[in-house]
Amino acid sequence: MGEFLDLIVFLVLMVVGYVAGRIAERRHYRSILEREKQMAGVLVFSNRFPPLSGAGGQALVAGSVVVSEDYFKRVVSSLQSVFGGRLRAYESLLDRARREAVLRMKQEASEQGARMIVNVKFQTFSIPGRNPRSYGAVEVMAYGTALTAR
Amino acid sequence: MLISNLEIVPGRRIVKHLGLVQGSTVRSKHVGKDIMAGLKNIVGGELKGYTDLLKEARQEATDRMVQQAQGVGANAVLNVRFSTSSITQGAAEMLAYGTAVVLE
Repeated sequence: MGEFLDLIVFLVLMVVGYVAGRIAERRHYRSILEREKQMAGVLVFSNRFPPLSGAGGQALVAGSVVVSEDYFKRVVSSLQSVFGGRLRAYESLLDRARREAVLRMKQEASEQGARMIVNVKFQTFSIPGRNPRSYGAVEVMAYGTALTAR
Repeated sequence: MLISNLEIVPGRRIVKHLGLVQGSTVRSKHVGKDIMAGLKNIVGGELKGYTDLLKEARQEATDRMVQQAQGVGANAVLNVRFSTSSITQGAAEMLAYGTAVVLE
């Protein structure tokens, strides 16, 4: 009886994770695409040095986000990792997180009136769970120097 | 205090280099937030509580770095980098470091 209950809980978590995770991912991508269009005016460079013209003010800006995968993706990925190869579930998760981080950084820059961010760096940090059984999450951060034209 | 991750400041000259300054803080997760995050782990997506926690920690690390820079008489910190490492389970260290300089 106990095993049967475990199986039911597992299946419910799988279904909830799959449905909710999918809906959330689609909604997130839609919002990312929309905001990327809005923020297209803020240019992002990974150059270490700013263009020489138009030296105005500058400020450090950053955007960060902590994301975690859903239950379904976690189970599927752990099965997939037996064979190795691409883990699509994590690819899309990190893609979303990184774009979100860049958008938040751009948002901060545009609030300060900047049109350009240079020397952009990414940092990814995997947050460990409190105990070995609990799952962690991933933080993605983007930071750079926002330049405002004089 | 000007904080930047560039090595130069466009249009301004560096008069004096004062060396490396740093600031750090170690934070652990809140149990309540951890439980919420555990639930959120089922459906996935952003863990807002953690995002805010890490942002706050990073701000504190930056503030401490700025304090140190003020202590040595700098008016800008250049080439700022951030680094994060996990110390034990459920805790993380935030580090901010850069070069303290005097701009003219």
